[in-house]
Amino acid sequence: MNSGAQNGAVKIALGRRYHFAASHRLNNPDLSEEENNRLYGKCNNPYGHGHNYVVEVLVSGSVDSATGMIANLADLDAFVEREVLEPFDRRSLNEDVAAFRAIVPTTENLCMEIFRRLAAFPKAKLERVRIQETSNNSFEYAGDNPEGFER
Amino acid sequence: MVLLTRKIEFAASHLYHNPDFSPEENRRIFGKCNNPHGHGHNYVLEVTVAGEPDPVTGMVLDLKDLKEILEREVMKRMDHRFLNYEVPELAGQIPTCENIARVIWQLLDPQIKQGRLHRVRLYETPDLFADCYRNGAEGGRPQ
Repeated sequence: MNSGAQNGAVKIALGRRYHFAASHRLNNPDLSEEENNRLYGKCNNPYGHGHNYVVEVLVSGSVDSATGMIANLADLDAFVEREVLEPFDRRSLNEDVAAFRAIVPTTENLCMEIFRRLAAFPKAKLERVRIQETSNNSFEYAGDNPEGFER
Repeated sequence: MVLLTRKIEFAASHLYHNPDFSPEENRRIFGKCNNPHGHGHNYVLEVTVAGEPDPVTGMVLDLKDLKEILEREVMKRMDHRFLNYEVPELAGQIPTCENIARVIWQLLDPQIKQGRLHRVRLYETPDLFADCYRNGAEGGRPQ
Protein backbone atom coordinates (compact mmCIF):
# COMPACT_ATOMS: atom_id res chain seq x y z
CA MET A 1 0.00 0.00 0.00
CA ASN A 2 1.31 3.45 -0.70
CA SER A 3 2.12 5.58 2.27
CA GLY A 4 0.73 8.84 0.94
CA ALA A 5 2.68 11.69 -0.55
CA GLN A 6 4.76 13.92 1.73
CA ASN A 7 4.54 11.50 4.60
CA GLY A 8 7.03 13.52 6.63
CA ALA A 9 5.47 16.94 5.98
CA VAL A 10 2.80 16.51 8.62
CA LYS A 11 2.46 15.13 12.12
CA ILE A 12 -0.54 12.99 12.88
CA ALA A 13 -2.11 12.18 16.21
CA LEU A 14 -4.98 9.89 17.09
CA GLY A 15 -7.56 10.89 19.68
CA ARG A 16 -9.89 8.49 21.44
CA ARG A 17 -12.49 9.17 24.10
CA TYR A 18 -13.40 6.78 26.88
CA HIS A 19 -16.12 6.99 29.49
CA PHE A 20 -16.28 5.87 33.09
CA ALA A 21 -18.43 6.64 36.11
CA ALA A 22 -16.89 6.98 39.55
CA SER A 23 -17.39 8.70 42.86
CA HIS A 24 -14.99 10.82 44.83
CA ARG A 25 -14.78 13.06 47.85
CA LEU A 26 -12.43 16.01 48.10
CA ASN A 27 -10.98 16.05 51.58
CA ASN A 28 -7.50 16.68 52.86
CA PRO A 29 -6.94 14.95 56.22
CA ASP A 30 -4.21 17.47 57.10
CA LEU A 31 -6.80 20.25 57.19
CA SER A 32 -9.50 20.86 59.78
CA GLU A 33 -13.13 20.00 59.08
CA GLU A 34 -13.92 23.73 58.71
CA GLU A 35 -11.02 24.30 56.32
CA ASN A 36 -12.04 21.29 54.19
CA ASN A 37 -15.59 22.55 54.13
CA ARG A 38 -14.57 26.05 53.14
CA LEU A 39 -12.09 24.84 50.51
CA TYR A 40 -14.05 22.05 48.84
CA GLY A 41 -17.65 23.08 49.56
CA LYS A 42 -20.18 20.52 48.31
CA CYS A 43 -17.36 18.26 47.11
CA ASN A 44 -16.45 17.69 50.77
CA ASN A 45 -19.72 15.83 51.49
CA PRO A 46 -18.53 12.85 53.61
CA TYR A 47 -20.53 10.37 51.53
CA GLY A 48 -18.93 11.53 48.28
CA HIS A 49 -20.61 12.10 44.93
CA GLY A 50 -20.07 10.91 41.37
CA HIS A 51 -19.36 12.00 37.82
CA ASN A 52 -19.50 10.58 34.33
CA TYR A 53 -15.88 11.16 33.42
CA VAL A 54 -14.78 11.44 29.80
CA VAL A 55 -11.12 10.68 29.17
CA GLU A 56 -9.65 11.90 25.87
CA VAL A 57 -6.35 10.20 25.04
CA LEU A 58 -4.12 11.65 22.32
CA VAL A 59 -1.30 9.51 20.89
CA SER A 60 1.08 10.22 18.03
CA GLY A 61 3.43 8.26 15.83
CA SER A 62 4.10 7.34 12.25
CA VAL A 63 1.21 5.93 10.24
CA ASP A 64 1.93 2.33 9.24
CA SER A 65 1.47 2.19 5.47
CA ALA A 66 0.18 -1.39 5.59
CA THR A 67 -2.62 -0.64 8.07
CA GLY A 68 -3.11 3.12 7.73
CA MET A 69 -2.90 3.35 11.49
CA ILE A 70 -0.73 5.01 14.15
CA ALA A 71 -1.82 2.25 16.52
CA ASN A 72 -4.46 -0.40 16.22
CA LEU A 73 -7.50 0.84 18.11
CA ALA A 74 -8.08 -2.62 19.51
CA ASP A 75 -4.64 -2.44 21.19
CA LEU A 76 -5.24 1.07 22.55
CA ASP A 77 -8.74 0.16 23.76
CA ALA A 78 -7.47 -2.98 25.51
CA PHE A 79 -4.65 -1.03 27.19
CA VAL A 80 -6.96 1.73 28.42
CA GLU A 81 -9.50 -0.85 29.54
CA ARG A 82 -6.89 -2.60 31.64
CA GLU A 83 -5.10 0.46 33.02
CA VAL A 84 -8.00 2.86 33.55
CA LEU A 85 -11.53 1.62 32.91
CA GLU A 86 -11.36 -1.64 34.80
CA PRO A 87 -9.78 -0.10 37.94
CA PHE A 88 -11.82 3.16 37.84
CA ASP A 89 -15.27 2.47 36.39
CA ARG A 90 -18.04 2.14 39.00
CA ARG A 91 -15.51 2.67 41.78
CA SER A 92 -14.88 5.10 44.55
CA LEU A 93 -11.67 6.86 43.57
CA ASN A 94 -10.86 7.51 47.24
CA GLU A 95 -11.43 3.97 48.42
CA ASP A 96 -10.62 1.81 45.42
CA VAL A 97 -7.58 3.49 43.81
CA ALA A 98 -4.40 3.25 45.85
CA ALA A 99 -2.96 6.52 44.46
CA PHE A 100 -5.81 8.49 46.02
CA ARG A 101 -5.20 7.24 49.53
CA ALA A 102 -2.37 9.77 49.70
CA ILE A 103 -3.61 12.59 47.45
CA VAL A 104 -6.95 14.29 46.94
CA PRO A 105 -8.80 12.91 43.88
CA THR A 106 -9.36 16.24 42.16
CA THR A 107 -9.62 15.93 38.41
CA GLU A 108 -6.20 17.59 38.11
CA ASN A 109 -4.70 14.71 40.12
CA LEU A 110 -6.84 12.18 38.25
CA CYS A 111 -5.56 13.53 34.94
CA MET A 112 -1.94 13.15 36.06
CA GLU A 113 -2.57 9.64 37.44
CA ILE A 114 -4.18 8.51 34.18
CA PHE A 115 -1.35 10.08 32.15
CA ARG A 116 1.20 8.14 34.23
CA ARG A 117 -0.71 4.90 33.66
CA LEU A 118 -1.10 5.40 29.91
CA ALA A 119 2.42 6.70 29.24
CA ALA A 120 3.53 3.04 29.18
CA PHE A 121 1.43 2.30 26.05
CA PRO A 122 3.99 0.52 23.87
CA LYS A 123 2.55 1.14 20.38
CA ALA A 124 2.50 4.97 20.18
CA LYS A 125 3.63 8.07 22.04
CA LEU A 126 1.19 9.46 24.59
CA GLU A 127 0.85 13.20 23.92
CA ARG A 128 -1.88 14.34 26.24
CA VAL A 129 -4.74 13.28 28.49
CA ARG A 130 -7.81 15.50 28.75
CA ILE A 131 -10.57 14.74 31.23
CA GLN A 132 -14.04 16.19 31.27
CA GLU A 133 -15.40 15.95 34.79
CA THR A 134 -18.67 17.50 33.65
CA SER A 135 -19.62 19.11 30.36
CA ASN A 136 -18.45 22.42 31.87
CA ASN A 137 -15.12 21.40 33.44
CA SER A 138 -12.15 19.87 31.71
CA PHE A 139 -8.50 19.34 32.61
CA GLU A 140 -5.47 18.51 30.49
CA TYR A 141 -2.06 17.06 31.26
CA ALA A 142 0.79 16.45 28.86
CA GLY A 143 3.52 15.34 31.27
CA ASP A 144 6.80 17.03 30.47
CA ASN A 145 5.86 17.12 26.80
CA PRO A 146 5.32 20.77 25.87
CA GLU A 147 4.08 19.82 22.40
CA GLY A 148 1.11 18.11 23.97
CA PHE A 149 -0.36 21.50 24.78
CA GLU A 150 0.46 23.13 21.45
CA ARG A 151 -1.88 20.75 19.82
CA MET B 1 -1.72 35.11 16.58
CA VAL B 2 -5.34 34.07 16.39
CA LEU B 3 -6.76 30.65 15.61
CA LEU B 4 -9.95 30.39 13.61
CA THR B 5 -11.85 27.11 13.25
CA ARG B 6 -14.60 26.12 10.88
CA LYS B 7 -16.53 22.87 11.16
CA ILE B 8 -18.21 20.91 8.38
CA GLU B 9 -19.84 17.49 8.28
CA PHE B 10 -19.90 14.92 5.55
CA ALA B 11 -21.21 11.37 5.27
CA ALA B 12 -19.14 8.71 3.53
CA SER B 13 -18.55 5.00 3.44
CA HIS B 14 -15.32 3.04 3.57
CA LEU B 15 -13.78 -0.32 4.34
CA TYR B 16 -10.36 -1.44 5.53
CA HIS B 17 -8.67 -4.06 3.42
CA ASN B 18 -5.04 -4.58 2.47
CA PRO B 19 -4.65 -6.87 -0.56
CA ASP B 20 -1.16 -7.80 0.65
CA PHE B 21 -2.69 -9.49 3.72
CA SER B 22 -4.47 -12.85 3.79
CA PRO B 23 -8.24 -12.82 4.45
CA GLU B 24 -7.52 -14.01 8.00
CA GLU B 25 -4.98 -11.23 8.59
CA ASN B 26 -7.37 -8.62 7.23
CA ARG B 27 -10.07 -9.90 9.55
CA ARG B 28 -7.75 -10.00 12.57
CA ILE B 29 -6.19 -6.57 12.03
CA PHE B 30 -9.20 -4.63 10.79
CA GLY B 31 -12.04 -6.50 12.55
CA LYS B 32 -15.53 -5.34 11.62
CA CYS B 33 -14.06 -2.60 9.41
CA ASN B 34 -13.01 -5.34 6.97
CA ASN B 35 -16.63 -6.05 5.94
CA PRO B 36 -16.32 -6.19 2.12
CA HIS B 37 -19.50 -4.21 1.58
CA GLY B 38 -18.19 -1.30 3.63
CA HIS B 39 -19.91 0.84 6.23
CA GLY B 40 -20.29 4.57 6.79
CA HIS B 41 -19.81 7.45 9.19
CA ASN B 42 -20.91 11.01 9.70
CA TYR B 43 -17.51 12.61 9.63
CA VAL B 44 -17.02 15.93 11.38
CA LEU B 45 -14.12 18.03 10.15
CA GLU B 46 -12.66 20.95 12.08
CA VAL B 47 -10.23 23.10 10.14
CA THR B 48 -8.12 25.58 12.10
CA VAL B 49 -6.27 28.46 10.44
CA ALA B 50 -3.74 30.61 12.30
CA GLY B 51 -2.80 34.18 11.56
CA GLU B 52 -2.98 37.84 12.52
CA PRO B 53 -6.26 39.65 11.88
CA ASP B 54 -6.03 42.02 8.93
CA PRO B 55 -6.03 45.60 10.32
CA VAL B 56 -8.67 46.71 7.81
CA THR B 57 -11.11 43.77 7.81
CA GLY B 58 -10.39 42.38 11.28
CA MET B 59 -10.26 38.92 9.74
CA VAL B 60 -7.55 36.24 9.67
CA LEU B 61 -9.22 35.12 6.49
CA ASP B 62 -12.73 35.61 5.16
CA LEU B 63 -14.89 32.73 6.44
CA LYS B 64 -16.75 32.80 3.12
CA ASP B 65 -13.52 31.97 1.33
CA LEU B 66 -12.77 29.14 3.76
CA LYS B 67 -16.30 27.82 3.32
CA GLU B 68 -15.83 27.78 -0.47
CA ILE B 69 -12.48 26.02 -0.18
CA LEU B 70 -13.99 23.35 2.11
CA GLU B 71 -16.96 22.91 -0.21
CA ARG B 72 -14.74 22.50 -3.28
CA GLU B 73 -11.89 20.44 -1.82
CA VAL B 74 -13.69 18.28 0.75
CA MET B 75 -17.48 18.22 0.33
CA LYS B 76 -17.47 17.73 -3.46
CA ARG B 77 -14.83 15.02 -3.19
CA MET B 78 -15.98 13.09 -0.13
CA ASP B 79 -19.59 13.81 0.82
CA HIS B 80 -21.84 10.82 0.10
CA ARG B 81 -18.96 8.96 -1.52
CA PHE B 82 -17.34 5.58 -1.01
CA LEU B 83 -13.88 6.73 0.02
CA ASN B 84 -12.01 3.63 -1.20
CA TYR B 85 -13.36 3.83 -4.74
CA GLU B 86 -14.32 7.42 -5.41
CA VAL B 87 -11.54 9.54 -3.92
CA PRO B 88 -8.41 9.21 -6.08
CA GLU B 89 -6.23 10.87 -3.42
CA LEU B 90 -6.93 7.88 -1.15
CA ALA B 91 -6.23 5.25 -3.81
CA GLY B 92 -3.85 2.60 -2.52
CA GLN B 93 -4.24 3.76 1.09
CA ILE B 94 -6.39 2.35 3.87
CA PRO B 95 -8.96 5.12 4.45
CA THR B 96 -8.40 5.35 8.20
CA CYS B 97 -9.09 8.54 10.07
CA GLU B 98 -5.32 9.20 10.09
CA ASN B 99 -4.98 8.87 6.31
CA ILE B 100 -8.14 10.85 5.49
CA ALA B 101 -7.00 13.67 7.81
CA ARG B 102 -3.64 13.74 6.02
CA VAL B 103 -5.24 13.81 2.58
CA ILE B 104 -7.52 16.66 3.68
CA TRP B 105 -4.49 18.54 4.99
CA GLN B 106 -2.70 18.06 1.65
CA LEU B 107 -5.77 19.30 -0.23
CA LEU B 108 -6.33 22.36 1.95
CA ASP B 109 -2.80 23.54 2.72
CA PRO B 110 -2.03 24.98 -0.76
CA GLN B 111 -5.48 26.59 -0.97
CA ILE B 112 -5.25 28.68 2.18
CA LYS B 113 -3.48 31.86 1.15
CA GLN B 114 -4.46 34.14 4.04
CA GLY B 115 -3.26 32.88 7.40
CA ARG B 116 -1.77 29.41 7.56
CA LEU B 117 -3.36 26.03 7.99
CA HIS B 118 -2.74 25.09 11.63
CA ARG B 119 -4.70 21.93 12.34
CA VAL B 120 -7.04 19.50 10.65
CA ARG B 121 -9.12 17.46 13.09
CA LEU B 122 -11.33 14.76 11.65
CA TYR B 123 -13.88 12.98 13.83
CA GLU B 124 -14.98 9.59 12.56
CA THR B 125 -17.27 9.19 15.58
CA PRO B 126 -17.65 11.47 18.63
CA ASP B 127 -15.12 9.21 20.41
CA LEU B 128 -12.52 8.86 17.67
CA PHE B 129 -10.56 11.52 15.81
CA ALA B 130 -7.25 12.19 14.08
CA ASP B 131 -5.30 15.45 14.23
CA CYS B 132 -2.95 16.58 11.48
CA TYR B 133 -0.30 19.27 12.01
CA ARG B 134 2.54 20.74 10.01
CA ASN B 135 5.81 18.99 10.71
CA GLY B 136 9.01 20.96 10.99
CA ALA B 137 11.24 22.97 13.24
CA GLU B 138 8.47 25.38 14.14
CA GLY B 139 6.55 22.48 15.68
CA GLY B 140 3.33 23.31 13.89
CA ARG B 141 3.38 26.96 14.95
CA PRO B 142 2.57 29.42 12.22
CA GLN B 143 5.36 31.73 11.13
